[in-house]
Amino acid sequence: MTPLLEHRLLFVTGKGGTGKTTVASALALFASTRGRRVLVCEVDAKGDVAGFYEAPPTGFAAKEVLPGLFAMTMDTEASLREYLKLQLRIPVVGRIGPLAKAFDFVATAAPGVREILTVGKLCYEVRERNYDLVVVDAPASGHVIGQLTAPQAINSLVKVGLIRTQTDWMVELLSDHRTTGLVAVCTPEEMPVSETVELAERVRSETTVELSAVVVNRVLPELFGRQEERVFEALDEPGPRDALRGLTGGDPGPVLEAARLAVTMRRTRSAHLEHLRAAVDPSVPMLYLPYLFTRSHGLRTTRQVAASLGEELGY
Amino acid sequence: MVARDRPRARSRAPADGDRPERSRTRATDRRTTLDGLLAAKEIVVCCGPGGVGKTTTAAAAGVLAALRHGSKVLVLTVDPARRLADALGLEGIGNEEHRVPDDAFRAAGLRPRGQLWAAMLDMKESWDALVRRHAPDARTRDEILANPLYRNISGRFVQSHDYIAMERLYEIHAERDYDLIVVDTPPTRNALDFLDAPKRVAEFFSSRLLRWLIVPYRSRLVNAASRPFYQVADRILGSEFLEDVAQFFILFQSMQAGFAERSESVGRLLADRRTTFMVVSTLEATPLREAEFFAEELASRRLHLGAIVLNKVLPGYLLDAGARAVAEAMRERSGELGRELAPSLAAIGSGLDDPAQIVRVMDEVAESFLNFEVVARREMEERESLSAAPEVLATVPFFDTDIFDLSGLVRLGEQIWG
Repeated sequence: MTPLLEHRLLFVTGKGGTGKTTVASALALFASTRGRRVLVCEVDAKGDVAGFYEAPPTGFAAKEVLPGLFAMTMDTEASLREYLKLQLRIPVVGRIGPLAKAFDFVATAAPGVREILTVGKLCYEVRERNYDLVVVDAPASGHVIGQLTAPQAINSLVKVGLIRTQTDWMVELLSDHRTTGLVAVCTPEEMPVSETVELAERVRSETTVELSAVVVNRVLPELFGRQEERVFEALDEPGPRDALRGLTGGDPGPVLEAARLAVTMRRTRSAHLEHLRAAVDPSVPMLYLPYLFTRSHGLRTTRQVAASLGEELGY
Repeated sequence: MVARDRPRARSRAPADGDRPERSRTRATDRRTTLDGLLAAKEIVVCCGPGGVGKTTTAAAAGVLAALRHGSKVLVLTVDPARRLADALGLEGIGNEEHRVPDDAFRAAGLRPRGQLWAAMLDMKESWDALVRRHAPDARTRDEILANPLYRNISGRFVQSHDYIAMERLYEIHAERDYDLIVVDTPPTRNALDFLDAPKRVAEFFSSRLLRWLIVPYRSRLVNAASRPFYQVADRILGSEFLEDVAQFFILFQSMQAGFAERSESVGRLLADRRTTFMVVSTLEATPLREAEFFAEELASRRLHLGAIVLNKVLPGYLLDAGARAVAEAMRERSGELGRELAPSLAAIGSGLDDPAQIVRVMDEVAESFLNFEVVARREMEERESLSAAPEVLATVPFFDTDIFDLSGLVRLGEQIWG
């Protein structure tokens, strides 16, 4: 399998709430600190990505937010304009308004059209070698399949025309496992894990794209070894508990209870992780990111996640 | 490998021990409880960002209503976790409503006063039902059902999920006799999509652009003004595809009146006093911002914000100043405590009195408490900053295990019930 950062196009997906955008931002940041020229593109235009770098909101035109790191927000209409400017040599400038609207309209009916404008723009940046790596903050698990299969979908609906001639090279680029990869982000909880397992299966059976890594986010630390756990249990017995109260001058109850909660949470989550590991192809690397006990988000947090990712990737 | 930026505990004023108390008062000061709210409403729309336990919360509210009120309750859900679907007897049930058997309640040691029903939304089936309802004749119906673009829409058109959820809600409310319907909304890119979905679908079918697209295929006369449009469209998409699209729209236009009328009715139902909205979130910053934005939108559309449910909230004892002092003492004097505690631990069992090991346990326990305290404090600050004013503000603690059966749903339900 191609090492993650040697890909040139990485789609990052995951169930809502798992930290998909955090991971995409951190992955792009890490690659840029390794000297790559990186574009990070958010597809669900919520304007989040810029916030992860504490940069002003981004638009369709990529902006350098940190040295070597560019950010943009996908806009299918702008993508269409750019495409027409590049591809069509007929005077469309005056007509482009209603055309874009019509396109939007057709795109609503045939989902492949909107998605092809997204994927097309991304593939274009890769093909033109404008960046060493393009990281996509892609739609949530359920929707990313539609995006990755858009070129094929278009191929089956559109038999001729300019678009048709454009999809072949995109299919090729997306199917090349050394170039394109998919990263699934999940947390060690029931729904995110089952969604990731389902995604891995759908990626295998419905797309030509390779699942290049699973990032497990918010992994809780292991508090005790087996013998330490015995000591911990014993601490909660009346004798040691009273002794502890006498020595610290306060009720140790809440502190012990918090540790118990942490242990149980970790244990429940481990079961989900085992399920995940067993269900996903063993050749797919799993990257574990620690739960961040931090007060805020922003660049500092993104840097922390980037550092953890780097460690997990063996840098 | 745990990252952390806990403030140096000693340098902080330890005077906020009273703050969780105050926010508790705030939550219970509201006029209503969820119990009262659900008793007064016929429809509860459960919405919020992804990954916050929306589906489970909707199910829990429904279960509690069936248990406590002598009413007939339907939980209309979208994509439940498999074990939750099992608990509700939904596995393989699909679009049809299905009664959760009393046996399932008995097995959990419960005796419901009312009835609990559940149904799962099947997009394709629901769309097909819609087409059957609105199609003017059998031929049009069959042509639509066989059209490749239609199949694309019904299966993959993301917004169609939102539309279908609201459409099904309307249908069930109008045609069945449930006292209460709790609807879970589909995970969307934008939590508001489903509110606009009925209107958008209606607009979609009545749009001027639609007519534009259809014209050249109805009459081969294209006027000079629009000719360049078709030339460009042809060149990009190919005329064959355009023809498929036009064919699809021509077919669908025959159903436009039905759709438009229906979408107005759905809109009215959402704004009706019998309908209320329950926004679910956690106290993580991003979902909470999204939930707040949603609450504001509800207000601006004059829709009723009945409840905000905050899930997975860390326990209040993490904010206890006394507990923090104990944790700090444990961390700073772990060496001394290790030696001092050894005798009392030795009395419990053999091999428990290794001071080095006790020190490690002390360190881990203290560290863990202080770590989670940072998160609990952040959560509390987020909650204090919450400006939306629902009738009910419920807080659900972090459950240490997953919720996957009726007892679990009841446990969760009791937390929000009031």
